[in-house]
Amino acid sequence: MTAATFDQDVHYESAEGEGEWRAVWRRLRRKKLAMISLVLIVVIYGAGLFAPLVAPYSYTRQNLDRGLEGPSADHWLGTDRLGRDMLSRTIYSARTTLIVTTAVVLSGSLIIGNGLGLLAGYRGGWVDGAIMRLGDIFSSLPALVMLILINASLGDRVDSWVRWIEANTFVDGLVASGFSSYLLVFGALSLFFWVGSARIIRAQVLQLRENDFVLAAESLGATSGRVIRSHLLPNVSFLIILSVSATLGGIAGSEIVLTWFGVGVQPPAASFGAMLFEGSGARTFQSHPHLLLVPGAVVTVLLFAFNLLGDALNDAIRAR
Amino acid sequence: MGTYVVRRLLWLPVILLIVSFATFSLARFGPGDPVAVAAGQIRDPEVLDQVRRERGLDGSVVEQYARWLTSALQGDFGESYTIQRGFTVTELILPRMWVSAQLGFVALVVVFAVGIPLGLIAARLAGTWVDPAIIGTLLFLQAIPVLVLIPPLLWLLALQLQWVPVGGWDGLFEIWWIAGVIAVPIPDPRLYVPLIAFTLPGFVGVARLVRVSALEVNTLDYVRTARAKGLSEAVVQFKHVFPNSLLPLITVVGFALSGIIEGAFFVETLLGINGIGRLTFQAVTSRDYDVILATTIIFSTAFVLMNLLAEIAYGFVDPRVRLGASRG
Repeated sequence: MTAATFDQDVHYESAEGEGEWRAVWRRLRRKKLAMISLVLIVVIYGAGLFAPLVAPYSYTRQNLDRGLEGPSADHWLGTDRLGRDMLSRTIYSARTTLIVTTAVVLSGSLIIGNGLGLLAGYRGGWVDGAIMRLGDIFSSLPALVMLILINASLGDRVDSWVRWIEANTFVDGLVASGFSSYLLVFGALSLFFWVGSARIIRAQVLQLRENDFVLAAESLGATSGRVIRSHLLPNVSFLIILSVSATLGGIAGSEIVLTWFGVGVQPPAASFGAMLFEGSGARTFQSHPHLLLVPGAVVTVLLFAFNLLGDALNDAIRAR
Repeated sequence: MGTYVVRRLLWLPVILLIVSFATFSLARFGPGDPVAVAAGQIRDPEVLDQVRRERGLDGSVVEQYARWLTSALQGDFGESYTIQRGFTVTELILPRMWVSAQLGFVALVVVFAVGIPLGLIAARLAGTWVDPAIIGTLLFLQAIPVLVLIPPLLWLLALQLQWVPVGGWDGLFEIWWIAGVIAVPIPDPRLYVPLIAFTLPGFVGVARLVRVSALEVNTLDYVRTARAKGLSEAVVQFKHVFPNSLLPLITVVGFALSGIIEGAFFVETLLGINGIGRLTFQAVTSRDYDVILATTIIFSTAFVLMNLLAEIAYGFVDPRVRLGASRG
């Protein structure tokens, strides 16, 4: 946010805009648990982002002579059934989580969710009605069942599209990277993760648009796009952050569940879902507990950190 | 309030229509020809044609859907293709729904039976270490995904302690008859693992709500009056605070149930419980088309009804919801 000058729009927090963000950050920094959560999230996401640099081995390299080993100096977290390094698999799984959550947050919750929320709240009338009814439909579908169904029935089709793209354009290496399964997971999740943020934003915009500064902008001839961009969007920015932080855990968890059921990210790509699947079963747990405990601990810590940070962020923003 | 409920109920068939059509098209869109699935090993074109006609798989997707809908409205949801060939979908689904409903009901009761006292204790001891300890522990338990939780739980209870059998789950309770008159339900030991998996994530929601509500009630005038006129703290708590802090709970029954319904999916699949969640998973993986449709519709109906229940409950507690809705 920049300081207000004459030729720029003045919205009601612009003068103190930067101060407000700083105040939220200051309140957040005082909460120890939130800071620990933030550090944990940054560490896990950072490991995923820099996976090729951080991981000691390739996530696909097999060594069948050394399968199912416990932690050792060579393999800090042991090896899986195929002798792949568990630490490297974990780091690359974090990369999958990073990719899926970022993509879904950007498209589903930020662009579709907030865009439709702003539009519905500002335009009202039939536009509002249509968007909100669509949201009602999506929120009353059992998301998990639909996601599994969508991924199970469209998997091969998306795969053939990607193969077609690879055969007919200069794009290369998509199939080998498992791109199609990422695309499907991302598309399906985006379909279900926009409703929450759209509703929150719409409710706020409904109140905001009654303000005099919106009326003033409209009387000066500002277009809808301009009113939304320059006057409404800056005023719901905190809410956008809140709605994003609230959906992160759900998105990460959904990818893991889908992959666990075999319809998410496809092997050899690493995912916590696939790792958990390999480690599940009471007998497997008895003989090789590290197969489940390693991914299980990381997933639990990550989801817990998302929850705690979301709660703290909520308090810090609402306390304004 | 009445018109509001009716309006929401009118919404139900619309949603079911959309859900069933979406599911129908998705199933048809997928790889694999339903005719080939239905015919099993046979690839004789004449037989395939016959199967196609018998199963109503000829014509466009819209035509097929219209046919399916007509018979579904008359209670005929088709036949199982793969899971139990020759059985109707209704025969397949009803016993499993009964299993899931029993488990879900017991889980719901346990969530509230454990969550409420924990929340009240946390509120009573607010300001001491007990309050954050209870809520923190419950929050942490909620964060453990069921997929991570179940294997160690089975290992501990079944393999190490040998309190419960490793698998197989058929009945909910054994009934002990005392003198042939009084029935005492004894929970089947195999019930414990699914029950723990169903309920652990739910405790924190109930406990937190009760805690906040009890803290609020504690500051109200009638509680102060009760204390002022010299009632003992126990009487104040049990007669004034507890009953009044439980009112907001009716708003979370719906949410708790939809959580349990979704949880059924993992818990049943992981533990091999023959309920509707496991059936859905089997149907999707083995492309049992009519079963997929029926289970998806059951899940959606349950979901819409639960959401409706939650909204109605909200409307009772908070009149603003009603007003907003009727203004449209």
